[in-house]
Amino acid sequence: MKKVPYRHPISKILGITVLFFLLLSTSIFAQEEASSEGGSEQTEAAAATGGDPAAGKALFNQNCAACHSLTRKMTGPALANVESRLAEDEGLDREWLYSWIKNSPGLIASGDAYANKIYNEYNQAAMTPFPTLSNEDIDNILAYTAAPPPAPAATATATDAAAGGQGSGDGSGISNELVLGALVLVFGLLVVMLLLVNRTLRRIAEANGVVLEKELSEKRKPLWKAFADNQFLVLVTVVILLLGSAYFVYGWMMQVGVDQGYQPVQPIHYSHRIHAGDNKIECKYCHSSARVSKTSGIPSLNVCMNCHKSIYQVSDETLAEGKAEYGVDYNKEIQKLYAAVGWDEENQRYTGETQPVEWVRIHNLPDFAYFNHSQHVSVAGIECQQCHGPVEEMEVMYQYAPLTMGWCVNCHRETNVKIEGNEYYEKIHAELSKKYGVEQLTAAQMGGLECGKCHY
Amino acid sequence: MASNKRYWKSEAELNPDDSIVEALRQDEFVEEIPVDDFLGDKENLSETTTNRRDFLKYVGFSTAAASLAACQGPVNKSIPYVVQPENIVPGVANYYATSIADGFDFASILIKTREGRPIKVENNKDAVVGAAANARVQASVLSLYDSTRLQGPLANGEPVEWSAIDAAVKAKLGSLRDSGQQIALLTQTYASPSTARLIAEFKAAYGNVNHVVYDAISESSALDAFEAKYGERALADYDFGKAGLIVSFGADFLGDWQGGGYDAGYAKGRVPKNGKMSRHVQFEANMTLSGANADKRIRLTPMQQKIALAQLYAKLNNTSVGGELPNEVQAAIDAVVKQIKSNESNAVVVTGLDDVDAQTVVLAINEMLGSKAFDPASPRYVRQGKAEAVKTLIADMNAGKVGALIMDGVNPMYTLPNAAEFKAGIEKVGLSLAFSTNWNETTEVVQYTAAANHYLESWGDLQIKKGQFSLMQPTIRELFDTRQFQASLLKWLGSDKTYYEYIKDTWNTDVLNGGDWNKALHDGVFVAGSGAVAPETDADPQDASPEAGDKEGQESAGESAVGVVSIASAIKNLTNATSGGGMELTLYPKTGMGDGRQASNPWLQEFPDPITRVSWDNYVTVSKADAERIGLENYHVANGGLNGSYANITVNGVTLSNVPVIIQPGQAVGSIGLSFGYGKKVGMKPEMQTGVNAYQLYQDFKSVQAATIEKASGTHEFACLQLHKTLMGRGDIIKETTLEIFNTKDHAEWNPVPQVSLDHQEVPATSVDLWDSFDRSIGHHFNLSIDLNACTGCGACVIACHAENNVPVVGKQEVRKSRDMHWLRIDRYYSSEDTFEEDNIKKDGFEGLSGDNGSLGGFGQLEDPADNPQVAFQPVMCQHCNHAPCETVCPVAATSHSRQGQNHMAYNRCVGTRYCANNCPYKVRRFNWFLYNNNDEFDFHMNNDLGKMVLNPDVNVRSRGVIEKCSMCIQKTQKTILDAKRDGRTVKDGEFQTACSAACSTGAMVFGDVNDKESKVAELAGSDRMYHLLEHVGTQPNVFYHVKVRNTNEA
Repeated sequence: MKKVPYRHPISKILGITVLFFLLLSTSIFAQEEASSEGGSEQTEAAAATGGDPAAGKALFNQNCAACHSLTRKMTGPALANVESRLAEDEGLDREWLYSWIKNSPGLIASGDAYANKIYNEYNQAAMTPFPTLSNEDIDNILAYTAAPPPAPAATATATDAAAGGQGSGDGSGISNELVLGALVLVFGLLVVMLLLVNRTLRRIAEANGVVLEKELSEKRKPLWKAFADNQFLVLVTVVILLLGSAYFVYGWMMQVGVDQGYQPVQPIHYSHRIHAGDNKIECKYCHSSARVSKTSGIPSLNVCMNCHKSIYQVSDETLAEGKAEYGVDYNKEIQKLYAAVGWDEENQRYTGETQPVEWVRIHNLPDFAYFNHSQHVSVAGIECQQCHGPVEEMEVMYQYAPLTMGWCVNCHRETNVKIEGNEYYEKIHAELSKKYGVEQLTAAQMGGLECGKCHY
Repeated sequence: MASNKRYWKSEAELNPDDSIVEALRQDEFVEEIPVDDFLGDKENLSETTTNRRDFLKYVGFSTAAASLAACQGPVNKSIPYVVQPENIVPGVANYYATSIADGFDFASILIKTREGRPIKVENNKDAVVGAAANARVQASVLSLYDSTRLQGPLANGEPVEWSAIDAAVKAKLGSLRDSGQQIALLTQTYASPSTARLIAEFKAAYGNVNHVVYDAISESSALDAFEAKYGERALADYDFGKAGLIVSFGADFLGDWQGGGYDAGYAKGRVPKNGKMSRHVQFEANMTLSGANADKRIRLTPMQQKIALAQLYAKLNNTSVGGELPNEVQAAIDAVVKQIKSNESNAVVVTGLDDVDAQTVVLAINEMLGSKAFDPASPRYVRQGKAEAVKTLIADMNAGKVGALIMDGVNPMYTLPNAAEFKAGIEKVGLSLAFSTNWNETTEVVQYTAAANHYLESWGDLQIKKGQFSLMQPTIRELFDTRQFQASLLKWLGSDKTYYEYIKDTWNTDVLNGGDWNKALHDGVFVAGSGAVAPETDADPQDASPEAGDKEGQESAGESAVGVVSIASAIKNLTNATSGGGMELTLYPKTGMGDGRQASNPWLQEFPDPITRVSWDNYVTVSKADAERIGLENYHVANGGLNGSYANITVNGVTLSNVPVIIQPGQAVGSIGLSFGYGKKVGMKPEMQTGVNAYQLYQDFKSVQAATIEKASGTHEFACLQLHKTLMGRGDIIKETTLEIFNTKDHAEWNPVPQVSLDHQEVPATSVDLWDSFDRSIGHHFNLSIDLNACTGCGACVIACHAENNVPVVGKQEVRKSRDMHWLRIDRYYSSEDTFEEDNIKKDGFEGLSGDNGSLGGFGQLEDPADNPQVAFQPVMCQHCNHAPCETVCPVAATSHSRQGQNHMAYNRCVGTRYCANNCPYKVRRFNWFLYNNNDEFDFHMNNDLGKMVLNPDVNVRSRGVIEKCSMCIQKTQKTILDAKRDGRTVKDGEFQTACSAACSTGAMVFGDVNDKESKVAELAGSDRMYHLLEHVGTQPNVFYHVKVRNTNEA
């Protein structure tokens, strides 16, 4: 009969905890809502010039965007309101634009004054003629260019999105802490309950007349004394302890000089995730010497400028994402590139004042180990990711593999030599595989484990 | 009873009243220890809060902090190009064809560059002449990175701008235009069509220009003789490959005789083919490379050589002349005459005697024989200097007739015997300007020093031989604020052309004859079509153009001296040759140093002379007989070093004191030798200031001088790499035979496989094996073949190996302790009897320990080289044994075997026990006793950023405490394999190369894959002449040698 009332506190405490939890989670979800609302209003501003700005935008991005921007000078002039600008400043009509776009060299050759002026102004680089564009297409493009400049709206959304992103980011941070706090609380409560239960049981036992063994044990020898007296036990323990610590010391020693996961801060925040992941640029486009040289080669800045001459800023979403997730303004990073390579954006030319970028080297192979990229990339056809990891997902590059000798050797033991279509391997592979009695030789069997293959 | 002896440390102690002794008895230290300076100030001490325990805490903390900080790896930076040059891929080498023409060495070469840095010199196989880079040319790439180079122009020793120099020169030249004073250009030999044209234009612009070509080591007599006979100032060319009989009177044509570069042709005839090889008879005083390679070498002083030459000429014409010669020499001359007569046009006679008569006679003999090897029609232009003109110039300077003196590529203050006179003259010259790469004796005395380009930073062209043109192109941009002479001339002429454009103009109009400029530049060489090109040499404009009045007299005088020389009077002069009393001194350029312009090059300083094997020194060579007479000696000391006496040499009142002495087997009695190129002091690091300056004795620009030699006090410590000079009758190290035996007997007789005893049976050593063999039949198996007949010992491979493999320079003191690091050495052996064969017979004849035939005394005798020994060279590097003794003793398995036949050395694994070096029968392993890089104790090139630019990035720079050795250039073989794999093809024969085999211009070293049955090395491995070094040891090396065959055929 007495036992019953003691059940209550437990269930009560549990109930309160659950309630508390529920309360918390609602507040978390409430915070999420606000973020996804901004934007999507600006697209309504269409033009009355007779074209379809939406179709025009597609055409523009497809044909013109490589050399033209709406708002700024690139390889060619800025195109926002190009029609009205030409009409006002030069007195040129849409017909002129048709003939220019369809056959600009022809127009230049015909001696048209403005055509030649533009031609000379832009380093005598004639615009690619687009004979395939119909007049309607051009109308659409012009309609797109005549649409109100999207710049302010874009920036507004960007800041909006950024703010939203920031907010949601903060929210998730707080909720994490709350969850953790709650868990701690729960754990505390459980401990308290355990103690309470224990005390209760003890009382019950006392009440029931059960004699605890505590009093009996006091007469015995203390355990530690018994342990100390047993020399065998001591010896075994010491040996185990020594072996155990040796194990850990060895483990610690083996990681000396292994920089797996090394992720230094670079002078320019270069995102492999965007370049190799989102944009799917082939690794060897930039690291071209990996095909022919022992080094993969950090691309020289002129390689960056192949694209970044026209890509002077990232899309708004990317910018927002960068700010939110990584605290990086990607556009500023592009500006760093321009500063390093000496690119004058205003006048679209190189100033000649360069400042080489001092990247922090991530993969530091010791000098006594010879590694040749072209052997692995061109001859063996190994994917870059096999050693460098999911680079296309890395926002900041880090060392993926341990780059230890054991790691190299393992791979050489497991990987078959790629012999297809390589005349060099024909004879030696046939003879060696016969000798070893295998179908396919591994790199190790080919001699890839000999010291001098990597150490000289 | 106790002893009454008194022990004393110094005589002063014997005087009981000596105050010093008394004082010292009380004090333990002679000087008072400045304890008070530290502890005297009690106040200060008590004030300080740091007590002893604190101090210990700080020490402990900082030690811990330092070791913690050491756990952090360094942050390395990678800095890519801003704009990557189109043809540079980091990690991939580019090769450029260029040429060297520094006034002493002329060659067409390839330069290997990595990331824009020239790092290695290779031979240009497209070149017909000058295709062989000798040791100095191989090393010249390091001179580019010499940290003592001039980094900008100077005026009176202070840095100035180029514009200041230009202004001063232009003003001075302009003011001299119509004055009586001449503008003198004192330059090296260029052999350059463009420079010749440029100087002609310069003369036309300024009128009274006197261009004097000055070779530090003059070939004037050969040039004069040739000029008198053929009307052109040049040197006759010889192709020794076409000669069946070579007779040389003091011509070291395997060395630097007439510009050198004859060894490839020579070696071609020396390898027995179809039972035939050339025969080489050498009459000489000093032991030279040519003498060492000769089949028969006759020791004669220069005076005797002249008589011998005269007699040879007379006997060929069936007359006779006077002159005293020893009987055996007479007999030798008779034999040679007989052989020449039977060979006729297959024979060739050359001489290095610095005497117009001798040179004239030799030209006449070759003409008379119609020698096929003799080519006067297209001569060489690599020496142009005229000794008389230099003398006249110095006289003019002293007479105040020179208004401006501009020098390039010369260092007269160092190379002139009468430097003091030159200095006095230069003070009377209105403007003196020297182009130089380094601060030197001449730049010290001139007003303006123009920092000149290294040849690897310069444009240029040259015509080594008539019709054989080469181009020089820069392989790196100027490292410093330097400008080459020709560019400066263009500037002073007011031209806005670059020298590159100027050369291109010259070539398009005069040389190419419709050929393609780009192709010529790519190839580095251009062969003019059949006689289409008017030979435009330095000499032509210089001698043809009428010059300032006072020069004419000198010219006509020179011509009368040369022109009238008739054979009859030449012979008469030769037979009347006298020694001038005392010893006959022959001055010569050393293989490693040449005329000394690269004296600050540590590779060349450490390069052991092929003959004496002494590095870091020059010395006077004397014969054993003379040495005993004068009391000069060489002896070995306990630490393994060679010591020698000093001697004073006096020539015509000029004394060179304290010249180290080397007793040279084969030196003609009554003659001594001394090499040029050493004894430079100004602008050199202290370690590099080695030797004595022989130019001081080079009076009248004659390489033979009458000298007196006397012993001086003191002992010189040499850095000699080979103390044991003889082979001790161990004929299995260098196997030799004669052409006769080679042709008539089975190879088992002259190239026997050594026998070992197995179960009391004599069996061939190759059949016994302790180990299980690797399967070497699959894949590549590298072998290196070395033909002892073709190897002349020139040492180009030693330097090539140095450059390719980042071998450190250790310095004289370390070399003396036998700690040299050369991966490849060329052993030189003398015979103890007259021939190696007699050594073998003598050794085999030993019976018992003592007695006349006893081994005890007998081996002692065998240690002594003969007075005129046979000489053999043997390049030895790691033999890459298939059963390598080094591998079995390494406790950490740092050295191991590969399937491709190379013996690998993993430096990072080596712990430095040196068991392997101990167990190596060939003694080719080298231990890094010190950290040779980044260590200012070894102030050569690996301790400064500039010198480190020459390092090969594909090869490790070894650290202290590890063994290193020849890797058979595994970086090169791996590269070749990778290239083939990438192209998906098999490796062609000849693609595999080591640094040494690529540098070997004689073809003595052939490298390749013996598993490729079509390859040249496989063919050589199957040759009857093939043998392995120390075959009886059973190491089964992958390096093999070819039995040396001597042509002892006297008839």
